Amino acid sequence: MTETKDFQKGYLNMELLRFTTAGSVDDGKSTLIGRLLYDSKAIFEDQMEAIKRASEQKGDEHVNLALLTDGLRAEREQGITIDVAYRYFATPKRKFIIADTPGHVQYTRNMVTGASTANVAIILVDARQGVLEQTIRHAYIASLLRIPHLIVCVNKMDLVNYKEDVFIKIQERFKELSVKLDVQDLRFIPISALKGDNVVERSGNMDWYDGPTFLYLLENIHISSDYNYVDGRFPVQYVIRPQADKYHDYRGYAGRIASGTFQPGDRVAVLPSGFTSCIKSVDTMKESLDMAFAPQSVVITLEDDIDISRGDMIVKENKMPEVGQDIEMMVGWLSETPMVMNGKYAIKHTTNDARCIIREMPFKININTLDKNYDDKGMVLNEIGKIKIRTTKPLYYDSYRRNRITGSVILIDESTNNTVGAGMIV
Amino acid sequence: MEKYNLNHLRVLEAESIYVIREVAAQFEKPVLLFSGGKDSIVMFYLARKAFWPAKVPFPLMHIDTGHNFPETLEFRDKLMEKTGAKCIVARVQDTIDQGKVVEETGINASRNVLQTVTLLDAIEAHKFDTALGGGRRDEEKARAKERFFSHRDEFGQWDPKNQRPELWNLFNGKKKMGEHFRVFPLSNWTEMDIWQYIYMEDVEIPKLYFTHKRKVFFRDGVWLADAPFMVKKDTEEVLEKDVRCRTIGDITCTGVTLSKANTLEEIIQETAATRVTERGGRYDDKRSEAAMEDRKKEGYF
Repeated sequence: MTETKDFQKGYLNMELLRFTTAGSVDDGKSTLIGRLLYDSKAIFEDQMEAIKRASEQKGDEHVNLALLTDGLRAEREQGITIDVAYRYFATPKRKFIIADTPGHVQYTRNMVTGASTANVAIILVDARQGVLEQTIRHAYIASLLRIPHLIVCVNKMDLVNYKEDVFIKIQERFKELSVKLDVQDLRFIPISALKGDNVVERSGNMDWYDGPTFLYLLENIHISSDYNYVDGRFPVQYVIRPQADKYHDYRGYAGRIASGTFQPGDRVAVLPSGFTSCIKSVDTMKESLDMAFAPQSVVITLEDDIDISRGDMIVKENKMPEVGQDIEMMVGWLSETPMVMNGKYAIKHTTNDARCIIREMPFKININTLDKNYDDKGMVLNEIGKIKIRTTKPLYYDSYRRNRITGSVILIDESTNNTVGAGMIV
Repeated sequence: MEKYNLNHLRVLEAESIYVIREVAAQFEKPVLLFSGGKDSIVMFYLARKAFWPAKVPFPLMHIDTGHNFPETLEFRDKLMEKTGAKCIVARVQDTIDQGKVVEETGINASRNVLQTVTLLDAIEAHKFDTALGGGRRDEEKARAKERFFSHRDEFGQWDPKNQRPELWNLFNGKKKMGEHFRVFPLSNWTEMDIWQYIYMEDVEIPKLYFTHKRKVFFRDGVWLADAPFMVKKDTEEVLEKDVRCRTIGDITCTGVTLSKANTLEEIIQETAATRVTERGGRYDDKRSEAAMEDRKKEGYF
């Protein structure tokens, strides 16, 4: 029996952490990821053999770990990362999902995509080069997307003789620049991904550094408070009405809790109708719960019969979201087709669908210098700016800063059905 | 904040259930692709959870190559009976009989590639507008690039270089007439997660996954199960071994693993210690470096 308990403790007691990496070909990102995967045994022998074969065929001098993540034929042929690649590894403490994104400015779209669900952003700085334009860009995107934790890895310390002052200078420069950014938790680690210093094992070459190793930090960084447990938000996804005698009167609202907690007896309001009721039960197939919280997927039933459908939102009465049709947001443009001022787009917000018109664009951001541009009123692929929209019906939302789920939208081009804009409500 | 902790499996479960419900809400006629393997079993289990106490509001579909382990079909039929779900069977044999594809012959003959035609025909015939698949991103490098909601054109093709960005939990299922979607609710699960989840939730799986004695032969580093339709070389000797399946698919291209693991605990420990990927035993992936990407572009699972 104790054996089973130990077993469960070992395998079923892990947390999930999502992190994103952005970087260019030369800054050692692939080497760093390759090392994490290899050292945590997430690279298997047949995968290693396959990339060894491919590296030899291409005439590479060493095994090119980038081939692990560059999954598409075009990527391998051109030696570049085009799209977000997802990688997985686990240690006894946590399971990790890496969204590995290309770092060049023309792939800002992919960086935004990879960053949207991450708990942690990893930024690599080449110790020889210091803070570059792309470092600022990556940090800006991480802060715009409100990734709660930012880890700056100062890489290639072996090439600067592991000198402390190089590390400190980079750290100071980065802090100076990030004053303009809104970073909640910022960490710095001096590493050499190639030699393995401070990645998994503590480095013997940098006694002056007494902080954690990279993996230790990933395993221990506190993420359970990243969720918003204060504002009760339950976007209704689907209405459950079983066609069976046993559940004849059952009417449940299925959804995933966006934030806050819900428990039987809670007073709730339903938007947009504004009707109020009490929670009767919070159900799952195996059991009814005493309490549910973000990000659980559950079915909620109410004491009163109210007309509720997909797109409505069940909220806690004590803390209501904003309701409105004129909404301001930061938007990242994701399409080769430029944004059309006064153009109409479909909009998706939580489980709600609407249409909107883009009415104003106060400014856009130069993502390399973080300067605001008030004159240029156009927005093209990979640009980020502030817009004001009007929607066809009221949305119930929070600021993105407060709530990543109820504060985010996507804009869709109605002629191509492509997702063209990523919006974060101000 | 300790009381608000969910383990990794509960987070993955919540994400998958959310995706499955989005499918039911955004599409008119979804279908769940069911192979009888552990991934599609877990996917169907999650679908049942997503709509409980109502039934899953869409049917299942099995693309039957005709080269099955008999235990798989038996398991499938029992599961349908138990859950009251409906499973459509689309047969590769019918596609061959209609002259739409020509059966491969010889030593490495497999119906695996032919399945794509059967699958696309069945999607069209039943007018399905989305097909849920149990593919996982950790399985293979082309799959690592796949979206949860993966758009297919009117020929069923996947355009990996031109995929829609997928942000937060906002899934864009908008499409034109004749196009369809493939949706992969298990995208973020690994092989290990699947086994741990089966263990945690006590999900029933076919006995093939546990150790059993079977007649097998060795080819190109993979143990293959012997069956009447398997063409063997003279040098290939059939032996009886203790084996279990790590993946279940068409017999002709699914390798078995030498193993004595008889419980889920033992399987999980074996999975943790193994140094070869699950698809390392899949003969269909060994055809070329980009075998999976090429098949997926044409409309494979």
